[in-house]
Amino acid sequence: MWRMLWRDKPATVAALVLTLLVLVAVFGPMLIGDEANAQDLTRASRAPLEVDGWLYVLGTDQLGRSVLARLVVAARTTLSVAVPAVLISLVVGSLIGMWAGYHRGWRETVAMRVADVILSFPSLLMAVVVLYVFSPSARNIVLVLALTRIPIYLRTARAESAELASRLFVDAARTFGAKSSAIILRHVFPIVLPTLLTVATLEFCFVMLAESSLSFLGIGIQPPDVSWGLMVSQGRTYLQTAWWLSFFPGLAIVVATVSATVLAAWARLATDPGQRWRLTLPRRQRRRAVPAPMEEVR
Amino acid sequence: MLTFLRKRATTSLLPLVAVLLGVFLLARMTGDPAALYLPENATEAQKETFRTANGLDLPVWQQLLDYLGGVVRLDFGTSLRTGEPAAEMALRAFPATLQLALTTMVLAVVISIVIGSYAAYRPNSLADRLASFMSMTAASVPDFWLAITGVWIFAVMLGVLPTSGVDASMLSWVLPIATLLFRPAGVLTQVVRGAMVSALSAPYVRLARSKGADSRRVVTDHALRNAAAPALTVAGDLAVGLVNGAVVVESIFGWPGIGKLMIDSILQRDFAVLQAAVLLTAVTIFVLNVVIDLCYALLDARVRDKALV
Repeated sequence: MWRMLWRDKPATVAALVLTLLVLVAVFGPMLIGDEANAQDLTRASRAPLEVDGWLYVLGTDQLGRSVLARLVVAARTTLSVAVPAVLISLVVGSLIGMWAGYHRGWRETVAMRVADVILSFPSLLMAVVVLYVFSPSARNIVLVLALTRIPIYLRTARAESAELASRLFVDAARTFGAKSSAIILRHVFPIVLPTLLTVATLEFCFVMLAESSLSFLGIGIQPPDVSWGLMVSQGRTYLQTAWWLSFFPGLAIVVATVSATVLAAWARLATDPGQRWRLTLPRRQRRRAVPAPMEEVR
Repeated sequence: MLTFLRKRATTSLLPLVAVLLGVFLLARMTGDPAALYLPENATEAQKETFRTANGLDLPVWQQLLDYLGGVVRLDFGTSLRTGEPAAEMALRAFPATLQLALTTMVLAVVISIVIGSYAAYRPNSLADRLASFMSMTAASVPDFWLAITGVWIFAVMLGVLPTSGVDASMLSWVLPIATLLFRPAGVLTQVVRGAMVSALSAPYVRLARSKGADSRRVVTDHALRNAAAPALTVAGDLAVGLVNGAVVVESIFGWPGIGKLMIDSILQRDFAVLQAAVLLTAVTIFVLNVVIDLCYALLDARVRDKALV
């Protein structure tokens, strides 16, 4: 698997960026967290590289706080919303999806109709309404984002497990008298997992964008906490005089989401047995091999 | 054809009703409009009169029944803020959003077909990898950041485009549409590319090539037609997602559309307007889904036969 990752250079870079991001979010606030709140009006609103010292390479805001330090602290907030939201919807969605797909019948119909209802409405707007009702706290954002994204996993898990339910090895397990919950967890789940993880990587990107959009609109993370979206929104007021205030947090979002997308594209290839050969061939051969008709590849 | 439409309508009506109920109940939980619309020192009696006049003192289920009765009669209530009929406000804002969304989708489809097919024609070439990377980036850039970076570069620094609002010249359209365009164009390009790669390696394309059709015709007539189906599904989802983008982009650019109307009415607890706007959006999405299903049928003979029976 590591060698397959190494073969795809963009995916390697993306994985490194995400690892770095996690490390920064976990350890960064411990190291320079205090700097994020250290105000110093003598160096307020300085452009990047204007003040000496690596803390100020990205400039300072109107209160003289280091933009870099604030970015690091905001990284933790952003991740602490995105990661739980993705995990909750992944677990809930895939469990219900596998259960519905395995049993078929009314259970499937009910689950899919509910998923349709949730998906038929723009999720951001739903989040706006819900967060306005229940005050915008990090916990509520996690819950509402998890809830609106459950159908994505539900659909994927249902489709795959419905297909698996008619396979021979599932039939065999059933004849041996295994309970349906055991069949789902022991036989269906391991096969569906790679697909679900791929979807989750892509969803990570979506959830991060949603959180920053909400924070930007003023109903996400509330000050004095910071998230990248909130930083963009706060910097917007100073766009004419201090462009770096909203440019760098936005760039951080872009780098993180693009990395997640690139990694998801790689994971989709790597977990699909029919496509994996694209990653194991050296590049020179790959170009010739790609247009090969489907039948010969199989 | 009619059976098909009827079947589609019944399965999609349920989500529509659920959205209506959900928004009604959630909107009732956002707090008391009396506290917002009357001065702070209003007496309890004044608040009571305000609630009675607007039917807010009735039990929730009765408000709901009244509301549903009104919807059936196409009466969506009046705005608490302006006293105008809510439906009129929603309908007035609707064309502005529709213009934005339509232009964006048309541009996104054209761009993605051109770039996607070109990339798929030579898989793994430099152009292909560049197109893939660009489209992935475009699909994952936050729209609000694009919007204000666009404002910063083109309006503040270069001064060639207006920062917000709608004026007679087309210049005010450029930034909102460019912002909205990124995501759908990026996602669609990836889908078109994927579908075209598999279509171009299918047996019927080899047949067309072997009988001597020129490569341009193979791409446009044979492969594109078959690659259109998956692209259509995604285009539908993206069009729904455009409402998300419209909320953000409209509030940044001061575009008088339905997204801005919804945010404003949530913030001002203007229930009737919010419900009318949400219902209008939900109906539009519903119609869009039906249209997409019909397009499917037109594109794919296998679906068409099933649908027509």
